[in-house]
Parts: sequence; C-alpha cells; structure tokens
Amino acid sequence: MTDPSPAQRFIDAIPHAKALGLELIQIADGKAVMAMPYSEALIGDPATGVIAGGAVSALMDTCCGAAVMSYPGARGTATLDLRIDYMRAAKPGQRITARAECFHATRTVAFVRATAHDEDEGLPVATASGAFTMETSSGRPEAKS
Amino acid sequence: MSGRQRPEPVQIIKERRDKALRVLVGGIPYIRFLGIQFDRRGDELTAILPFDEKLIGNPFLPALHGGVTSAFLEITAMIELSWSGLWEEMETGTLDPRALDEAHLPRLPKTIDFTVDYLRSGLPRDAYARARVNRSGRRYASVHVEAWQDNRARLFAQATGHFLIPGREPRG
Repeated sequence: MTDPSPAQRFIDAIPHAKALGLELIQIADGKAVMAMPYSEALIGDPATGVIAGGAVSALMDTCCGAAVMSYPGARGTATLDLRIDYMRAAKPGQRITARAECFHATRTVAFVRATAHDEDEGLPVATASGAFTMETSSGRPEAKS
Repeated sequence: MSGRQRPEPVQIIKERRDKALRVLVGGIPYIRFLGIQFDRRGDELTAILPFDEKLIGNPFLPALHGGVTSAFLEITAMIELSWSGLWEEMETGTLDPRALDEAHLPRLPKTIDFTVDYLRSGLPRDAYARARVNRSGRRYASVHVEAWQDNRARLFAQATGHFLIPGREPRG
C-alpha cells in the first residue's frame, strides 16, 4: 500500500462502500484496485446465487472514482457517465476484484476504464469505461446540482 | 344469451397481479439490501428507493453513491422487463400466477450492458424510477430508465441497457 492519499481516507468515509464491505487493495497515480467480498445480501439471481449486476457496478464506480482521486492534482470527483459490459456471471462464493485506471485527465474531465474479475483471472466478469468530473486545486468545475 | 364472461371481481385481479409482483421482487436479496420497493398502477411500475444512510457515497455533500444510483436504475430496468413479460403471460392466460412461488420464480433477464448518465448528484432523500422497454425481441431487449427525486421533470440520472431475455417458462 502506498501513501495514505485523500482517496484512501475518502473511501474509508464512504458509507455505501462500507455497506458493501469494499476493501481498497492498492491506489496510486491514477490507478486503483478494490475488492468486494461475496455476500448473500448482494445476490441478484436467487436461483443461481450470482451477485447482482448492480453490486458489481457499485464496486466499479467506487474503484473508478478512487483511481481519479489518486490522479496527480485531483481534489474531488463525481461520475458523469459510466458504461458497464457484463461478460459472464461471477462465480457464487468468490470475491470480485476491480482494477481501474484513469488513463487521461484534463483540468475538468477524467477518463477511466476498469475491469472486474472473480477469483479466475482469465476472462473478466465485467469491464467499464466512464467519464468523471475532475476537481483540481486550480479550480472547481461547474457544480452538478 | 351471449358467450361473454362476467369480468372477474376487481379484488381478485388485483390480488393476482400484486402477488406476481411480490414473488418477482421479493425473491431477490439485493433488492432488499438496497431497500427498493415497487408501486404498481395497472401495468405501470414505479421503483422507490427510500433514503438510508448506507446509500451515501459522498458524506461531505452529502450525495447518494453513484453505484447506488446505477444499481437502482438497473434493478428498475430488469424488473420492468420481467414484469412486462409476466404481465403478458398473465393476461393471455399462459401463466397461472398461483404457480409462482419462492421455488418457482420467474427467470430473470441477464444484463448485457448498462450505461448510466449522471445528470446531477443524488440528494439524501427518496428517489423514484420508471423504465420503458423500447424494444423486446425474442432474445434481446433494450430498456431505458429515468430516475428523479422531488420533481419528475428534473431527472438526476437516466440509463439505457441491453438485456438477454431468458426462456419464458418459469424455472422449477
């Protein structure tokens, strides 16, 4: 684990991340790795025990936001747009790990992509790509409300 | 004189429809985890996400978690799609809702992709959503969903998703 960046503290303070049991594994320089343990409360299909797509989205969104927060100069962020593609069902009982990378950022917008795997590191469970607001110390973008 | 049957009593129809919806929604643990409820008016569903502290993503604003918003929209889209299928089967009589119970749940659609457009931050209060099935073929469906809080005309998020439609027979 690298420096206790604002993102690390930010994640510890997110009530929904806590409700999902999210664990920040690694974060630095616009990249983040985060895991969500398997939980019966998060099942989306009772017949198979597969985790709900929405819970995977929440993990991906949090991980992408953390990646943006760890980008040099970032002070705050919010999701503008996020697309998730679901490749396959996550194996019931396995934790899901998301890896996000903020691959480009301007003073106002951050572009992020992410993947999610269960304990099988082959084909991802899902991939994501999104645009996030970027608040830097030099200026705040227009408030979204 | 006529072969026309007397319409069923309204209460019986309502009970049948409400039960089908209850079975569909009640079987999904994640819906309970988020606390989502569904309000039915005829075939129209409105999803309700009552505010709860654990839905917060930014404690400083405070604002709903973007992932909660996305999950709320996805659940709404998925339930609307299942419900429109169930409704058709109930109306045409191909499905007897009495055969639906916890052990015989309707099969759920699978999300192929889901794109959320975040328009403004979600406020720390109840949220509502309604979905519209824009196209539902034999295999694939495209669903649009809108979410708002105090004012129906001021959406805080919208989304479009594609879903894989399961075989129509309930799973035993």
